[in-house]
Amino acid sequence: MPDLTNADNDEGFVVFDRVQKSYDGETLVVKDLNLSIGKGEFVTMLGPSGSGKTTCLMMLAGFEMATHGEIRLDGENINNVPPHKRGIGMVFQNYALFPHMTVGENLAFPLNVRGMGKDERETKVKRALDMVQMGDFINRRPAQLSGGQQQRIALARALVFDPKLVLMDEPLGALDKQLREHMQFEIKHLHESLGITVVYVTHDQGEALTMSDRVAVFDDGRIQQLAPPDELYERPQNSFVAQFIGENNKLPGTVESLNGDTCTVRLETGEIIDATAVNIREAGQKTLVSIRPERVEFKPDMMPEGAHTISAEVLEVIYMGDIFRTRMRVAGSEEFVMKSRNTLDQVRLKPGETLKIGWHPQDARALEPM
Amino acid sequence: MKKILILSTAVLGLAGVAAQAESVTVLSWGGAYEKSQVEAYNKPFTEATGIDVNMQAADNPGTPIKAQVEANNVSIDVADVEKSDAVRLCDEGLLEPIDPDTDLAAAPDGTPASQDFIDGALTDCAVANIVWSTVMAYNTDKVDGTPTTIADFFDTKKFPGKRGLRKSAKATMEMALMADGVPSADVYKVLSTPEGVDRAFKKLDTVKDDIVWWDAGAQPPQLLADGEVVMTTAYNGRIFNAQVAEDQPFKIVWDGQVLDFDLFVIPKGAPHMKEAKEYLKFATSTQQLADQAKWISYGPARKSSAPLVGLYQDGKTEMGPEMPTAEANMQNALVNDFEFWADHDTELSERFNAWLAG
Amino acid sequence: MTDVTTELRTADGKSLKAALAASQVRAKRRAFFLVAPLLLFILVTFVVPIGQMLKQSVYNDAFSSTAPALDKWFQANPLGTPLDEGAYAALASDLKLMKENRTQGQAGTRINYDVAGTRSLFTSTARKINRLEPPWKEAILGVNEGWSDPNLWRAMRSASSPYTIDFYLAAMDHTRDKDNNIVPVNPNRAIYGKLFGRTAMLSIIITVLCMILAFPIAHLLATLPLAKSNLLMIFVLLPFWTSLLVRTTSWMVLLQQQGVLNDLLVWIGIINNGQRLEMMYNKTGTIIAMTHILLPFMVLPLYSVMRTIPPSYVRAARSLGATSWTAFRKIYLPQTLPGIGAGSLLVFILSVGYYITPALVGGADGQLISNMIAFHMQNSLNWSLAAALASLLLGGVVVLYWLYDRLVGIDNMKLG
Ligand SMILES: Nc1ncnc2c1ncn2[C@@H]1O[C@H](COP(=O)(O)OP(=O)(O)OP(=O)(O)O)[C@@H](O)[C@H]1O
Ligand SMILES: [Mg+2]
Repeated sequence: MPDLTNADNDEGFVVFDRVQKSYDGETLVVKDLNLSIGKGEFVTMLGPSGSGKTTCLMMLAGFEMATHGEIRLDGENINNVPPHKRGIGMVFQNYALFPHMTVGENLAFPLNVRGMGKDERETKVKRALDMVQMGDFINRRPAQLSGGQQQRIALARALVFDPKLVLMDEPLGALDKQLREHMQFEIKHLHESLGITVVYVTHDQGEALTMSDRVAVFDDGRIQQLAPPDELYERPQNSFVAQFIGENNKLPGTVESLNGDTCTVRLETGEIIDATAVNIREAGQKTLVSIRPERVEFKPDMMPEGAHTISAEVLEVIYMGDIFRTRMRVAGSEEFVMKSRNTLDQVRLKPGETLKIGWHPQDARALEPM
Repeated sequence: MKKILILSTAVLGLAGVAAQAESVTVLSWGGAYEKSQVEAYNKPFTEATGIDVNMQAADNPGTPIKAQVEANNVSIDVADVEKSDAVRLCDEGLLEPIDPDTDLAAAPDGTPASQDFIDGALTDCAVANIVWSTVMAYNTDKVDGTPTTIADFFDTKKFPGKRGLRKSAKATMEMALMADGVPSADVYKVLSTPEGVDRAFKKLDTVKDDIVWWDAGAQPPQLLADGEVVMTTAYNGRIFNAQVAEDQPFKIVWDGQVLDFDLFVIPKGAPHMKEAKEYLKFATSTQQLADQAKWISYGPARKSSAPLVGLYQDGKTEMGPEMPTAEANMQNALVNDFEFWADHDTELSERFNAWLAG
Repeated sequence: MTDVTTELRTADGKSLKAALAASQVRAKRRAFFLVAPLLLFILVTFVVPIGQMLKQSVYNDAFSSTAPALDKWFQANPLGTPLDEGAYAALASDLKLMKENRTQGQAGTRINYDVAGTRSLFTSTARKINRLEPPWKEAILGVNEGWSDPNLWRAMRSASSPYTIDFYLAAMDHTRDKDNNIVPVNPNRAIYGKLFGRTAMLSIIITVLCMILAFPIAHLLATLPLAKSNLLMIFVLLPFWTSLLVRTTSWMVLLQQQGVLNDLLVWIGIINNGQRLEMMYNKTGTIIAMTHILLPFMVLPLYSVMRTIPPSYVRAARSLGATSWTAFRKIYLPQTLPGIGAGSLLVFILSVGYYITPALVGGADGQLISNMIAFHMQNSLNWSLAAALASLLLGGVVVLYWLYDRLVGIDNMKLG
């Protein structure tokens, strides 16, 4: 795999260069988008509804014009290249399989319009269908297929003409959880075996995290953070990302002192805690300290080295099978959540109990409030 | 509860009133003609008897009678129909017989009705009220020169421009023959032969491309006024009305006119038989027929009415010369032969329609 | 496998089928009462009249019911028997009966449909019949020589049975000669074949025009934002809301030779005053007016189909490498086919049967077969011929429907 983390440095395979987009001339749906995607990379755009993900994808595919800025594909400005000349495969959320054509005809369509000969066409269609294990369905109509099968056909169709780049807009949105997970795996597998570049849109963070090389978190028409999944989860760069990716506890407070990578924060109830300074500029500013629920401990012997303790009152314990989810009052917040694994020796807490909880200062990340 | 009682009483009361109120439904041709009947017959009739007259218009009032009588659902009490329809409907037993001496009023001098009506105005089931005619008329603003004969109607070289004709074989065929030089007395004899029919169609062929066809009597004055045609056949009363009431620059050519009667008939099973007969008697009395000429230029069907015809409603136009039956207008006139049409309508209409479509 | 054949039973041992039926009886009865008014309405306004029409086209008792004696004579003597005194005696007896019942006109009219010019034979002879004496042959021929025409007797013979296919023959421009052979009518009276052809031709032209005009409108309707498409929809539906007379008047104002459109063309200088176009009172008028009236019937089914086609199909095609024209032709157009089919069938069937508009603006060569049906209904009062023509028309439409079903499939039709 190429070195992906610093793909920004060289010219990438797909480049958004200061792209802006407005539909109505009044509001910017995409604000100053800069993104560089390396060849063979799997990049996911993740963000809440209306954040501009589809718009970006449509600009890349050529169905929407960028209002400002440049989009480059393989070093070439494609702002004025019509969609059918871009050579980009696309999988739509509703699959968009042509209902009046059989599976085989659907797959042959992109080959037909490229004027490919019959024999070559047939081999390619066959190969693409085998690739998604749908070889037996060549004569079916889309309406005679299940959702998952349609999904595979859509995938095969987007890949059959060997595009350099494949775009997928929430391709698994309509599938049930199990099938979705299975397809995630298959798509990932295809990506790896074919070595294609994929830009993937979803608002399912689990999907984003499991599949992607890098994830671009969108909000309000901007990329809030672009990073590999683990970094995104463990080191969110701002409170939106922290909030959006996974569950998070946030404790508001004021920065007491700033010391390089670390800082001390005075919470609203007066406790002082140590935290990692993420985007803190100076002492005295307001901050939100974010702590992942699974990094919170309450058994003294399990407490990590240098952990910081604080008192808490149990409000509610929810049994969730693999974990216990304990909601408690901490530093004035009633929404503080702790997740503990359901092990044989796990202590069962009861509402009303008071106890000391703690975490490693590295897991407490002081972020600038939004 | 009380409310319902009051309401239902009111409804019952209304129904009672409706059943008692006397009215007759008269189906006529609309336009200026209908107006003349309203003024000369209906208003005085309601005044004299208290019976309301409900006047309705149709393109051809003869048309609905067959359907209504056969369906046993007659809503018309009196209809104003053409003679051929009157005879045919009577023959088919769809009309109430009318006995002139008991059902119609005698003349003021005591002459019985059977003597007082002009020839052909009375049949077993119908009584004529007016004599009207199909004439040719032109727009003096649009025609260079003065057409004077029916032959000029078919002469598009001498008088260029579109012609209006009724979309029907009746009167059209006769006029074509007269224009081709057949004297009015021989028209039906000629038309009874295949050669005569061919001759009429040949004459019609000469103007076929210049014809705008009309169906309803109101159309030809409109076509003339719009300049869509420069000459047209029309019912003389409609043209008169346009000349006098609307000041249109129209002129009637009486040569080759085809005279016809309009007759009142009562369909079998008319819902207000008694009132219908009363209306018939009243409307066809000497004074009423004479009064009608005050409103439209159709001639009265009673001899005793003729001397009573005076001025038009505008108070200055002398109506005598405007009657189709006036001496001067009868020089080359043809009286429509209903018997001929009863026999040949189907055949000639078919041929006419085929010719139209061709 | 005995279980398969044993009947399934409910918990208390009743047959499952019976229990199911019993539980559904109420629902079924309710459903029936809900549709009953419609059923009755359709029966009264549709099934019965059409049945009557079909009957009328092969059944006409105007002569048979009034001429019992002749009927008896025809039964006893086959075609070709010389017309003897017996025949004339039967005729005389029937004429007397007709005179009594005032049915001579009715009988004469029926025979006149077949042999022109014979109606007055009946009326004039019936008028004198009571004064005639046997021998009847001499007496009747004395009144009118026309009675000796063999074709007239052939016509009376065939009319003495109320059932006849002669009206269908007439509707197909055929008739019978004096020996009862089927022969085409004189070409100068042949009209219905021509009119059926013209009706089909004009209807096809109107359908195609509607299709061409409606497609872009429907597409626009389906893709515009709601506020704008609602406004456009009002324009499309406007013809529905204006009375026919208002519309006809406006067409006249627009299209006639001295009308707005011609004035405009002359004013611009495209044509000079002598060359004003004839767009009214001919085929052109009929086509323009009917296309206008029937356009909504094409737009609505098309629109309802197009609305359900998500834009992603065309986008998918484009992303797969198709030009916008290929995407339209291969992807969009085929998916609108159910709408095109439904709209075309609707417009075609409606235009085949339309008669008010052609009557008003069609002039002579813009008349359709329906105008002829109306003519026989209202003017010539030959209802049997009208019924035969209408039945042929109905048959044509049914055949078309069947073809459509075979080729496209009726369940593929989308009306909205
Ligand atoms: N064709 C359009 N015309 C006008 N505004 C649009 C159009 N398409 C999208 N928008 C607006 O642009 C913004 C971004 O839309 P976009 O579809 O890109 O969001 P998204 O991130 O894909 O959301 P989702 O997750 O719901 O699909 C939204 O506010 C939307 O209302
Ligand atoms: Mg989207």
